[in-house]
This record gives sequence, structure tokens and C-alpha cells, in this order.
Amino acid sequence: MNAAAINDPDSFGGGAAAGARVLAPGIDVSHKTILYLEDISVSFDGFKALNKLSLDIDNGELRCIIGPNGAGKTTMMDVITGKTRPDSGSVFFGQTIDLAKLTEAEIAHAGIGRKFQKPTVFEQHSVFENLELAMKTDKRVRASLTARLDSAQHDRIADTLRLIHLAGVAGRDAGLLSHGQKQWLEIGMLLMQEPRVLLLDEPVAGMTDEETERTGELCRTLAGKHSVVVVEHDMDFVAGIANKVTVLHEGSVLAEGSMGEVQNDARVIEVYLGR
Amino acid sequence: MGPLGATISRLYGRRGWIALAACALILFVAFPLANLALPQGSLFHVSDYSVALIGKIMCYAIVALAMDLVWGYTGILSLGHGLFFALGGYAMGMYLMRMIGREGQYQSELPDFMVFLNWKEYPWYWSFTDHFWYAALLVVLVPGLLAFVFGFFAFRSRIKGVYFSIITQALTFAFMLLFFRNDTGFGGNNGFTDFKRILGFHIATAETRMALFVATGAVLLLTLLAARAIVASKLGRVLTAIRDAESRVMFCGYNPVHYKLFIWTVSAVICGIAGALYVPQVGIINPSEMSPANSIEIAIWVAVGGRGSLVGAILGAGLVNGAKSLLTVAFPEYWLFFLGLLFILVTLFLPQGVIGLLKPSRAKRT
Repeated sequence: MNAAAINDPDSFGGGAAAGARVLAPGIDVSHKTILYLEDISVSFDGFKALNKLSLDIDNGELRCIIGPNGAGKTTMMDVITGKTRPDSGSVFFGQTIDLAKLTEAEIAHAGIGRKFQKPTVFEQHSVFENLELAMKTDKRVRASLTARLDSAQHDRIADTLRLIHLAGVAGRDAGLLSHGQKQWLEIGMLLMQEPRVLLLDEPVAGMTDEETERTGELCRTLAGKHSVVVVEHDMDFVAGIANKVTVLHEGSVLAEGSMGEVQNDARVIEVYLGR
Repeated sequence: MGPLGATISRLYGRRGWIALAACALILFVAFPLANLALPQGSLFHVSDYSVALIGKIMCYAIVALAMDLVWGYTGILSLGHGLFFALGGYAMGMYLMRMIGREGQYQSELPDFMVFLNWKEYPWYWSFTDHFWYAALLVVLVPGLLAFVFGFFAFRSRIKGVYFSIITQALTFAFMLLFFRNDTGFGGNNGFTDFKRILGFHIATAETRMALFVATGAVLLLTLLAARAIVASKLGRVLTAIRDAESRVMFCGYNPVHYKLFIWTVSAVICGIAGALYVPQVGIINPSEMSPANSIEIAIWVAVGGRGSLVGAILGAGLVNGAKSLLTVAFPEYWLFFLGLLFILVTLFLPQGVIGLLKPSRAKRT
């Protein structure tokens, strides 16, 4: 049913190989919501990582997700990106795309980009090449064999380099970057794929205060054009950027609202401070 | 001249092309002259023995290039590449056996080993192998198809690292056992030998040998350029990215399975071609070419020369096999110890191989 409902039905053509086609943006956000999670449950060996989790992300919003260890934050990301399949419940991208039916690569290509906790960049490639590899384009084998960058693509890479403050080190091997720079490069690589949704898993872990500050700025810049979902432990960082915060606990949503509301919620206080 | 010129300069710089041209000149002009035209006593005469040895080593160098593409660049360690080499060799061997005609010991249409088994006609899979071009097709298709099918299942099942290596090792071992059987129809443990003719020329004459030598040199240089074109393309950068962070590649929207399958199959085909050039030059092919140790040796050539460097792979094949032909004459019983020691030393002290010594800093271009 998903294929027929997308504006460009060919773009997902009957389980075509991942990255087989350059996808026309066909995500239906007519109800303002870009990501729906409904009654998602996931268990590993009897442990319920997610327990009937329901969550909506609006198109263009910046959402922060917090919660104690084991609350299910990473599992939630895994479900959205197709790494983990839910035992029950549904995940929709826009009104029409059922993420449970797509592979990881197809989900990435459809417009959901994920940044992992530990930055993974291509260490043996230059910063420029990292962005080149990530760029949204035909990613089939034959296309890659003959691909040459045109000037528009050069410009896009240059724009992204400026946005992530790495224009000065474009030729350096990514393995030689500082920890914070690697995190930005990874965000830059996500941006090159022109995602509708950016999932950032602990983007400021291990960053200096200045780097954290800059990352917060970057997140705010990105919201609007993209929907940004940040999972973070750093409360100061979250307080600094968040409009809306969701608190997860034991695999489901405990509270949702502005940072102030959430901080004054009795259940949240109990989970974080009680016991 | 525009796009072609761009392609040329992307593959190698000015000095690289000059070096290549010099190699071509030596292989295609100097060697034939020194071997065929100069008298035996001359200082610059190259003996038939040297031509045969270098021809053989060039076949190994082609295999090393194929190995480097999958291991050095894509991070897939194959310990079964000897299988593809041997299959290419067997395909060519079938043609060479057919060309013996009635000159075998039993003066039969059939090869001696089939007469010995009391077979009355060729099995179906020997059909058309008396046509050179069909045999040449088999040289490419058999290793290519086997690699494609094997790779399809292995990569789709996400078999990686040491598990993949072990399975490739088992694969070549299984094929060796299969080819050892007389009933398989490939001459059992004796394999194919006593070749007489290739394309109508006597196989043992100095001229035919030199022609094979030059063909091998040409294939080596072309393989180098083709491999370079792959490695320098965006596809090559995707392959190295798969080697370094495969899951990241997937999240960038590439399907690593397709990329691995592509390079794996290309690599197997290259090995097959090398095997087909090897067999008429050494005059024999038997199942021992499929022994696990042979495939491990291929990995050692690349490790010694330098993983992730094409010239390094060629260098490694040359150095190890050069040393082998010297040492197996001087101290035959110590060769395997030496090889093992070499591998340990290179792994410990020269992770970049010999080529890493020549260019200490692997500076990156933008």
C-alpha cells in the first residue's frame, strides 16, 4: 500500500534494491507530522526495551528525548532506522511510508539520517571525500564507477563544509580530526543526504563547552528545514535548545512538554531523583 | 581529447605514465630482443629459463592485483583465490588437452587419462572446448559465475571477517578434493600436462613462449590500469569506505552487498585470466593449485608488498616468488619456515608492506 500512495510511485518500485533510484521527495506531511510511532514494543530475551511506545514528531520541529539509561532511547532510534524490527506496533514516515517494510539502506535513502553515539566517519578518506560519499545521488555500483562531481555538487559540499565549520580542513584525513570535529563531519554527512529527519544520538558527548555551544547553534539552524530529534544526557544542552522535550522511561513515554513543564513533572522527578 | 585526457591524468601522474611506458618497453621490446635475437653467449642474453620464471611471476602479480582489490581496498580477506586461478587454468588446460589430438601415448582422440579410465567419449562438459574462444569464455565465466553465486550468498548473509576467510578456504579445499577424483573428468591428481600446441603453434618453442610472455605482460599492465581506474573512481572510495566503516556506508544509502559482489566477481575473473596464462607457460595444471596453502600464499604476497597499493601488490608477488625460486633451490626444506617468518615480520613491523617503506607518509590529495 505504501508504494501506491507515494507521489512518485516508482521511487520505491516493488522492493527495488537499496539506493537504486534517486528518490523524489514524496513524503506526505499533510498532517504536519513527519514521524509516527504507535504502540511499538520490542523485547530482547524477555526484556522489554520498548513497551507500547507512541510518539509523533512534527515536520521541522526540534525535539529532544531524554531518559535514564535503559529507557529505550537507542532502541527507539534502531526501530526508526530499521536496524531493529518492532515486535508489534507501527512506524510511519509521513502519512504513507511504512518504515517496517524497508531495509536500513532504503530508510536512509528515503530521508532519515542517523548520527550514532560514537562518531563513525571514513577515517582514511579526506573530509571532502566523506561528504562526497554521503551526497544524495545515484548510489548504484555502475553510477559510482563513472561518477564525476559537477559544479553544483562541488558547491553543495562547500556549503556544508562552511555550515559544519570544517571548510579549513577539507583536505585532511577524517581520522586526524578532533572528536568534536568528527561529530560535526558526521552531521555534515547526514546533511549531504538531504534528510527530512535527522536523528542525533548524544551529539555533544565528549565535547568541550565551546564545541557544545556550536553544536547547539547548528541544531537550531537545522530545525525548520529538517526535523531534528536529539537524544541527549546533557541537561544543560537540552535546556539550551529544546522547544519540546519527551521523557522516556522503561520503554514508553513518561512525560512530554517544554523543558520547564517536564522538569516540574512529579513522575519525572521521581524517575530521575527518587529511589 | 578532453574527457580522455582527464581520465588519463586521473589514473596516474606524468611520472607514473613514464614508468609504465618504460615497463612496457622492457617487456615488449627489450625482453623479446634479448631472448630471441641475441646469441646465447652475449652479456645481455636472457635465458629461456628466466623468461619462463618471469612470465610465471607476472601471472602471480596479476593474481596479487586481484587479491589487493578485495583485501587491500575492500577489506575482504579471501583465502580461496587460488581456486579461481586454478579454474581459469583448468579451462585453458581443457583446450590445450584437446589440441594434443592423437599425439598422446595411446594415440586416441581422447586424452590419455580418459583412455586409462576406459571412457569412450568426452563428457558433456568437455563440449566445444576444442575451440579456443569458447575455452577463453570459460576462463572468464567459470570463476566469475562461481564467485558471483558464492559471493551473493555469503555477502547477503553478512558473513564477514575471519568467518568469510575460513569459508573461502573450505571452498578451495572442497574443490581440490573434487578435482582429485578421477571420475570428475579433469585428470585426477595428475591434472593436465604434456601440452603440444596452442592456436596451432608448438607450445615449447622459444617464439611461442615469448608470445605468451608478452601477452602476460600486456594483461598485467592492463589489469593494473583497470584496477587503478576502479580504485581512483568514486566506486573505489566506496569500497575503501566499506573496509573502514561498513555500517556507515549503509546509512549513507549504499548497498554494500552490491559493491562487494562487484569487486569480488571482478577479482575472481582476473584470477581466472591469470590462471589461463599460467598453464601454457608452466605446462601443467593439477589440483594442488587449489590447495589451501597456495591461497594463503597469495595473501602473503599482498601483505608483503603492501595492502591497498596496486604497485605494492605486484612488488610483493615479485619479491616473494623471486625469493622462493632462489631459496627453494638453495634450501628447499626451509622455504615454508621462511615464508611463515616473513609473514610474521611483515605483520609486526611493516603493516604497510614494502611499499610503505618507499613512501613513508601516505599523504592524501584533496
